[in-house]
Amino acid sequence: MNVLGIPILTFVTFLPAAGMAVLLLLPASRTRALKLAANAFTGLEFLATLLLLARFDAGSGGMQFVERWPWIKAIGAQYLLGLDGISLLLVLLTSLLTFVATLSSWGAVRTRLKEYYVFMLLLETGMIGVFLALDLILFYVFWEVVLVPMYFLIGVWGGERRLYAAIKFFLYTLFGSVAMLVGILVLRGAHRTFDWTAMIAAGGAVPAALQGWIFLLFFLGFAIKVPMFPFHTWLPDAHVEAPTAGSVLLAGVLLKMGSYGFLRFSLPLLPDAARRYAPAMVVLALVSIVYGALVSLMQKDMKKLIAYSSVSHMGFVMLGLFVLTPLAAKGAVLQMVNHGLSTGALFLVVGVVYERRHTRLIADFGGLASRMPVYAAVFLVMALSSIGLPGLNGFIGEFMILMGTFPVSWLWTAVAATGIVLGAGYMLWLYQRVMFGPVVHPANESLKDLTVREFAAFLPLLVLVFWIGVFPKPFLDIIDKPVERIVRIVNPAHYEAPR
Amino acid sequence: MFALIPLFPLAGAAVNGLLGARFLSRRAVGATAVGAVGLSFAAAAASFAGLLRAAEPAAVRTLFTWVPASLVRTASGALAEVRFDMAFRYDPLAAVMTLVVTGVGLLIHVYSLGYMAQDKSYARFFAYMNLFTFAMLVLVLGANLGVMFVGWEGVGLCSYLLIGFWFRKDAAADAGKKAFITNRVGDFGFLLGTGLLVYALGTADIAGISAAVEGGLLPKGAATAAALLLFLGATGKSAQIPLYTWLPDAMEGPTPVSALIHAATMVTAGVYMVARLHVLFTFSGAALTVVALTGAVTAVYAASMGLVQNDIKRVLAYSTISQIGYMFIGLGAGAYAAGIFHLMTHAFFKGLLFLAAGSVIHALAGEQDMRRMGGLRTRVPRTYRVFLVGALAISGVPGLSGFFSKDEILAAAFASGNTLAWALGLLGAAMTAFYMFRLIFLVFFGQERFSAETARHVHESPRVMLVPLEVLAVLAVAGGYVGLPRVLGGGAWFGRFLAPSTGAHGPHLAAGTELLLMAASVAAALAAIFAAHAVYVRGRGEPARRFAGKHGTLYRVVSGKYFVDEFYGRVFVGGVLRLGRLAAWFDRRVIDGLVDGAAALARAASRLAIGFDESAVDGAVNGVGRAHLAASSGLRRLQTGRIYNYALAVVLGVVLVITVAVAVF
Repeated sequence: MNVLGIPILTFVTFLPAAGMAVLLLLPASRTRALKLAANAFTGLEFLATLLLLARFDAGSGGMQFVERWPWIKAIGAQYLLGLDGISLLLVLLTSLLTFVATLSSWGAVRTRLKEYYVFMLLLETGMIGVFLALDLILFYVFWEVVLVPMYFLIGVWGGERRLYAAIKFFLYTLFGSVAMLVGILVLRGAHRTFDWTAMIAAGGAVPAALQGWIFLLFFLGFAIKVPMFPFHTWLPDAHVEAPTAGSVLLAGVLLKMGSYGFLRFSLPLLPDAARRYAPAMVVLALVSIVYGALVSLMQKDMKKLIAYSSVSHMGFVMLGLFVLTPLAAKGAVLQMVNHGLSTGALFLVVGVVYERRHTRLIADFGGLASRMPVYAAVFLVMALSSIGLPGLNGFIGEFMILMGTFPVSWLWTAVAATGIVLGAGYMLWLYQRVMFGPVVHPANESLKDLTVREFAAFLPLLVLVFWIGVFPKPFLDIIDKPVERIVRIVNPAHYEAPR
Repeated sequence: MFALIPLFPLAGAAVNGLLGARFLSRRAVGATAVGAVGLSFAAAAASFAGLLRAAEPAAVRTLFTWVPASLVRTASGALAEVRFDMAFRYDPLAAVMTLVVTGVGLLIHVYSLGYMAQDKSYARFFAYMNLFTFAMLVLVLGANLGVMFVGWEGVGLCSYLLIGFWFRKDAAADAGKKAFITNRVGDFGFLLGTGLLVYALGTADIAGISAAVEGGLLPKGAATAAALLLFLGATGKSAQIPLYTWLPDAMEGPTPVSALIHAATMVTAGVYMVARLHVLFTFSGAALTVVALTGAVTAVYAASMGLVQNDIKRVLAYSTISQIGYMFIGLGAGAYAAGIFHLMTHAFFKGLLFLAAGSVIHALAGEQDMRRMGGLRTRVPRTYRVFLVGALAISGVPGLSGFFSKDEILAAAFASGNTLAWALGLLGAAMTAFYMFRLIFLVFFGQERFSAETARHVHESPRVMLVPLEVLAVLAVAGGYVGLPRVLGGGAWFGRFLAPSTGAHGPHLAAGTELLLMAASVAAALAAIFAAHAVYVRGRGEPARRFAGKHGTLYRVVSGKYFVDEFYGRVFVGGVLRLGRLAAWFDRRVIDGLVDGAAALARAASRLAIGFDESAVDGAVNGVGRAHLAASSGLRRLQTGRIYNYALAVVLGVVLVITVAVAVF
């Protein structure tokens, strides 16, 4: 559908790609022009997604702005884009975080600038495409498009063991996505189409046994991406080696592609299998929560600690999705956004001191609060957001997930809630070791506080952290209808008249 | 009107937090902070006046929808629309709490102007103090458990920040973290209790919960479970057994913080919460017994540790734990108003004692060890006088506030038939009087035990600190008369005022019994004071040393705080860390070992199968077993500027795979 005379979803999907083309035309020596152009395009992209928000109708649970063109006629794949509240929120998160990540790269990236920004923009097109594609082949293509630039961002601009990490990331997720592709093909066999909307309309056309197989194939693709225990070990390596902006987008957006996949495809397209496997999924989610938090406690590298905390937090998201109640599912979707904001911000936080000291080891810091008061405040807010302090965003999602889980199982709720206690443990311990105490390393004596540009990158995240914590209603209103719609498909019993 | 009460301190915190350090003078910072709490107090007073005139005892003001409605399948099988409003509830209980928080808070803010005058981080201090006041007000005004929890964890955060205010000191940073994490253990209970009530009743509104419980919608077992889970939260916040260990360490914070947060207000939040949900606790019955016994045991247990402390603030910290135990005895006896009465008088006299201790510490340039004090009576006479008033009030000397509130609690415990709680309470009362006067005698009487250098600088505190002390002293004396019991010719106005919030008090005693009980506790207190005098003034502490020498083991156990900190450290903290190490080892060696092994296997297989080793994408398709080798060659290729070819190759490869796969299918 057109907005202002343009097919709006195609526009937001390929605007970054257009930016990429512009950057390719610029000579590599003109670094300032490259930086300006990259920031301009990610900024424009963010504005374009805000336009989507302005034209979005939250009253409808269906797909909006749908664009449908024939694509690969031989196999019946279409160019099919559409957006509901869930996609909208994730697209907004993507465009915001990409903008922030690009901004934060201004002074941080010094080598091969042109290629760096080209990959960032390509990555953005891929990520947005993933959240908008409603044809499963198109979805798969965008899914793989994301893989490539991230591989290079880690492998070229990463740390010492960047190639090990990049290859591990690439192979691991490629393995998952090939399984997913097979799943897509099997699903097509049942539905004779790749069109998500048609599959939804067809309802229960897939036999339950077949659903189970497809669910497992999808599971490999999505669970690796989330990542769920025990498929998570690529994440800490990738995070540790990735440049700051790469970590921000990896944690902030790429992980959500996994949980989004479960929500968009596994739950509504394979409802019988989803219900059958839900207890197993919940157990994996609970293990992820507790295990991620425990491993997190033991880390000596700040980025690794935050990476493992992501495993724990994404466990909360998966729990929320698979208890199959509307309250928990809405909490899970909000928590995807919350995790993107707070963990993305925490990687920026690490990036700030890494740039100054070229180390991420916790032991190399200590006492920074007295040298960098503004930084200390930003770090604190983000740490508290991450551990779900009421009044900040993280709490709302966790609280909704816990409240939505309790009626299904008090035991699951109790296990998940231990993650909240452990979360306070690893996060405050990290904060204490980095920020409090005396300054022991002479190199930290002269650390400069946040620059204006660094603070500017944090500012929108700070605003959202408070906004969602205090007044989440606008965000929850956007996702309300589409999430209810999916839960209604997968767990109709929940809505039946009182027993 | 009452919705304004928390907004002033929030604004004050925002102004001082964002602008204070950089743009405002110290004067402006202080004026903003004190002004914010002052306005808040005025709003609380006006709301209180309005409540006295109002026809309805409770009003709810919904500011906005916080978490919009979702359908929840409740325990009965019905579908309930569960939502959380950002809503405040104002009733007699909220009125008392807001007056105490803003009133005592105002005095402590004023005192801090003097106490913190030399501190570098003046603006940060007052921003945190205002933020605390805001959070505490949200807690006491919250109309549902969700909003209460915002305040509940909010005060915990401010406590963390203020305990660790001097964060360069490791002990301060450690203590802050310990407080927060211990409280999180309690909050685990609070969250689950909330979840259980939402599941059972489909609501988390205070009014809704009370109505549903009174309407018989909650099975007794569920009520007990929910009440005990919530009470676990209360033991964390209010420093009761088993979660009390953080409070003594919290004394690392500046003294006004100890007075405001760790004596007068925040630590009583658990008491407030139980009173707020009194319908639930009363209905459970069993939970109420747990509350009473936890309080009684804590009261004596903490008092015993107070007997042997040498740090002036730690004596007061254990005293606080013990006194909150009394409040829980009262609640547990069903005398909710009596518990809140003691909460209020305790806020006066314990706030006073902490601030007066701060004045002593201030006079001695930071000295907190009572073994290096003594004889200060003549050196800081105004501080001495108010300290003595506080000590008399907490000891339960007739006519002062603590006497009325403590005796109402003990009478209620006796009347409820819980003689064990009453007996422990009486024992605790004697211990309280003893450790308090031990403190008075050690600090203000006898020889001066500080250095000559310190002696030259000993000085009485400035007016800005002394005036709040004297106001609190007046309250510590007179504050009890609002609850003057009938047996002493009063009207028990306080209990009647609170009745709409906390229910009318249960069984009553015959006047003779009540007077007899009073006589017993007065006798116990006076005997203890004389004993303290005998030991520490006439005996110059010699009897205490002899006793400690003769009962060495007992002394070591008590002064070692029963080694509970060591036990928790070893079992819980150590246990979690051991689990963490195990998980980290498992992660690296087992899970990642499998991943790397599988990759190496795949690499070997691919080499065997197609001899694909040297191709352009070898780094990508091959395993990670020889990653370092691959790294060097792959890196060189990347650096030759062929990234685009590389990218193109991969993209084309992917598209090729899809096309082939789809076509074949």
